[in-house]
Parts: sequence; structure tokens; C-alpha cells
Amino acid sequence: MRTTNIARCGWLTLLLLLAGHALAQANLEVNTPAIAALQGSMQTRFTVLAPFYGNGAVGLTRDGFVELRDVNAVPLAQRQQINGIVAAENQDRTALYREIARANGKPEWENDIRATFAQRWINKAQGGWYFQNNAGAWTRK
Amino acid sequence: MRSLTVYAGLASALLLQGCVTINIYFPAAAAEKAADKIIDEVWQLKKSIEPAAPSSTSPQAK
Repeated sequence: MRTTNIARCGWLTLLLLLAGHALAQANLEVNTPAIAALQGSMQTRFTVLAPFYGNGAVGLTRDGFVELRDVNAVPLAQRQQINGIVAAENQDRTALYREIARANGKPEWENDIRATFAQRWINKAQGGWYFQNNAGAWTRK
Repeated sequence: MRSLTVYAGLASALLLQGCVTINIYFPAAAAEKAADKIIDEVWQLKKSIEPAAPSSTSPQAK
């Protein structure tokens, strides 16, 4: 009797472990204070960047960053700031990819996460925005 | 009977380790889901709270 109980207990443990395992793979951890802070900073910056995505001054690169691709599309008054804005955005993006990898205990995933984001940024970009295709050429969506 | 407990313990330990080793591969689908969630918020593609703010303040203005 007791042996069967122990055996059952063992199976239950195995099942729970398997379930936990499956659950761990279903989602990536993104709810950390560091990730939330980066997200907030990028969201605020988006109000400044949005017109530049729209007029093609700034485009989405194929490696998950943004790039100033047409400085002539930036109004004179903002030309001095635009480089700083693009640099700050890329800094946040680098930190975001690293933080997601770290939050999941897999720092070595950073490049895979960046590649995933690169695809998703482009996929979710609005019509008219510019992005780099697989060959690196600027393309209008 | 004691050996059975030992075996069960050993089995769970092995399985736990299996989890650690199996998890090395990159979970592409999960990463895509996580990316979509973050991008939606950064680019505000799913607005839910924002429209409520102007409508609640406009009656006060009058």
C-alpha cells in the first residue's frame, strides 16, 4: 500500500515538473522594473520620433535598431537634436534586448531576442515608414 | 521501500536537470509574443485608457 502511495507521489512530482517545464517555455519574463522603465522611456520618445518615422527621416534597421536615413526630412530647428534622439533610442533598445535575456536567466539569448524584435518592429510598422529589407536596402512599407 | 523513495528523488533530480539542459534552445514563439506585447505598448498600438481622459475633462471646461 505504502509503496504504491510513494510511487504515485513520484509520478505526481514528475507530472508537476513536466507541467512547470512546459509553462516555463510558454512565456518569456518581461515584467521586471528594468524592462518597464525602458519601455516607458521608449514610449515617451515615440511621440518625438513618430513624425520622423512617418516622413522617412528615421527608418527601422534589419538588426532591430533605428537609423537617421534622411536628414533633409528633419526640420532645421530639430537637426541638432535628432542624432541624440536616435542614439538614445538605440541605447534603450540595446538595453531592452539585454534585459529581457537577463530576466530569463539566458544572457546568451540577447542576439536572438534582438533578431526577433527586428522582425516584429518592421511587421508592426505603419504604412509609409521605412525599413531595411533582408539585403539592407531601405524600403517603404 | 526506502530505495523507492531514493529512486523517486533521483528521477526528479534528473528531470529537473533535464529542464535546465532542454531549455537551452531559443523559444522563438514566446519571444515573438513578448516582443509584440512590448512593441504594442511603446508604439501605443492598443489604446484602451487614453480616450477616456479627454471626454471626462471636457464637461468640466464648460
